[in-house]
Amino acid sequence: MAPSLEAVGLTKRFGTFTALDHLNLKVEGSKCVGFLGPNGAGKTTTLKMFTDLIFPSEGEAFINGVSVQVDRKRALSSCGDLIETPEIYSSLTPREALEMSGALRGMSADEIRDRTAQVIDEVKMTEWADHKVGRFSKGMKQRINIAAALLSDPEVVILDEPSTGLDPRGMAEVRSIVRGLKRDGRLIFMSSHILSEVVDVCDEVALLDRGKLLFYDSLENVSHRLGADTRTVEAEFSAALDDSAVGPIATLPGVKSCTRLAPNRLSLGVQGGPAEQSKLLEAIAARHLGLVSFHEARSALEEVYLREISVGDA
Amino acid sequence: MSAPAGATAGSTAAVSSADGSLGQVPGTLQQALLLSRYQFRDYLRSRRFILMMGIVAVVGAILTSIVAYYRPAALIDNANDFFGGLWAGGATFLILFAGIIFGGDAIAGEFQNKTGYFLMGLPVKRTTVYAGKYLAVLAASIVAMVVYLVILMGNAVFYLGGNAFSDLPALLASIGLALLYLLALMGFVFLFSSLFKTSLYAVLVVAVMFLFGFSIIQDVIVALAHTEPWFMLTYADGVIAYPLTGVPEHIGRVVGPGGGSSTVYNPTYLEGIVVMLGYFVGTTLGGLLLFEREQFT
Repeated sequence: MAPSLEAVGLTKRFGTFTALDHLNLKVEGSKCVGFLGPNGAGKTTTLKMFTDLIFPSEGEAFINGVSVQVDRKRALSSCGDLIETPEIYSSLTPREALEMSGALRGMSADEIRDRTAQVIDEVKMTEWADHKVGRFSKGMKQRINIAAALLSDPEVVILDEPSTGLDPRGMAEVRSIVRGLKRDGRLIFMSSHILSEVVDVCDEVALLDRGKLLFYDSLENVSHRLGADTRTVEAEFSAALDDSAVGPIATLPGVKSCTRLAPNRLSLGVQGGPAEQSKLLEAIAARHLGLVSFHEARSALEEVYLREISVGDA
Repeated sequence: MSAPAGATAGSTAAVSSADGSLGQVPGTLQQALLLSRYQFRDYLRSRRFILMMGIVAVVGAILTSIVAYYRPAALIDNANDFFGGLWAGGATFLILFAGIIFGGDAIAGEFQNKTGYFLMGLPVKRTTVYAGKYLAVLAASIVAMVVYLVILMGNAVFYLGGNAFSDLPALLASIGLALLYLLALMGFVFLFSSLFKTSLYAVLVVAVMFLFGFSIIQDVIVALAHTEPWFMLTYADGVIAYPLTGVPEHIGRVVGPGGGSSTVYNPTYLEGIVVMLGYFVGTTLGGLLLFEREQFT
């Protein structure tokens, strides 16, 4: 059976405020799904209901077909999770915390020893494995939490903004770890509001805003969603451009808008996809203005994200 | 809303009893014991354990000094008088402090310190977490009681020599009753720890109630209502000393210096044991029920 996560009419109300509104979503198979949305969209609320940290007002959450609300122990037995930034008992060492986690999951002593060494190494905490967790920074604790989520080599991995609290290097390492987690028979469901992170590691995305699912699609299809929409491209030149140089660029085919970001940098609204951008690049380069870079200011996902969220705002 | 690609936007409910495998996940009791082992290890290395041991050491040192200085005949005459005078009162005091120090934030701390996010993400029932923490707190408290007992035994051997343990069954019975009181008090402490998500509130409520609140209520009940406060835990704990001191009159009268008299109540064995058991069962179940309903918002 392919690993799966399913929300059926999942709703969470806090008093009169509806944090999640009848979410129906099923993700299934070996893939990494990014769960996107602005702050307060309901991402963490959803993940907390998938791990039984909070209870739904309506609906149910299923892991591998088992209702978390009915049988949390069975549902979570095939799932590794990291919700927010959990704390580990401060007097325990990472090795002991993982031992406890493994023992509670029913892993054998040999398995625990081998897997602990492996996952601690994966999160680059080997030299700290026998130091008390209480002295660790937030980033170090988050690495141990990631290690704990992976300890049992689970079929389903739920990660709630896993790079939270990490420095840029740590964030890059977490992305690398998550990429490394992708394998046959594993489903990764990861919330994030860092779009580059999602583009980097995920195969599909689900976008949530104000408690409602806006779409769930593959990353590949996300760029198709833009269709013939205008994309923002930035062009940088080796020297400042005067108005006589900028004017003709603004009238090139496909250019819908032209804004000067800096004396030597322009933001261009371009109608169309990669083919149109390629023609525009050639046309600007042919003018010998000292073009040094030409790139999309935002990824397709970012464009779609901003468009969908702004539709919600309207 | 766009239609999901490659997966359905679940309009079909999954069957909750589907074949999700539990694998080798241990049973609830085994998990509770496992959890308590690691929690206990955490306690043993913590500052709070040092604090508790400090309190035990101070209490032990004070009692040792007082007995050494005054050598009260009422205490060092025989083993039962010695332990009856020093064990029962000291034990209830230390159990209260153990409850405050170890138990006060046992459940509240899971929310406040976010350690619950680590534990509750595992395939464990909430009952397991509650029981595991309860057992760990009991174990840490028992260590404190044992240390106190060892200090008293050292003193007893010094003053009474070979007669220090002349009535061992009575001492063991008193220790057993103290353990029952420990169970009851921890149940109570866990109830309040489950009620609050802030450790400080839980600790404060327990401390204030046991150090002042219950005594005041008990005195008011006796003085104004002229009723036996049999339902108070702080009244029921009086039976801890009985195996050593003998059972006092259940209802007696004390004549004051001015000639006036007042009624004095002492719990019977049955009352004491039943009330302590009742507190243990009632508060433990109540606390568990609260914990089962608490959310990690």
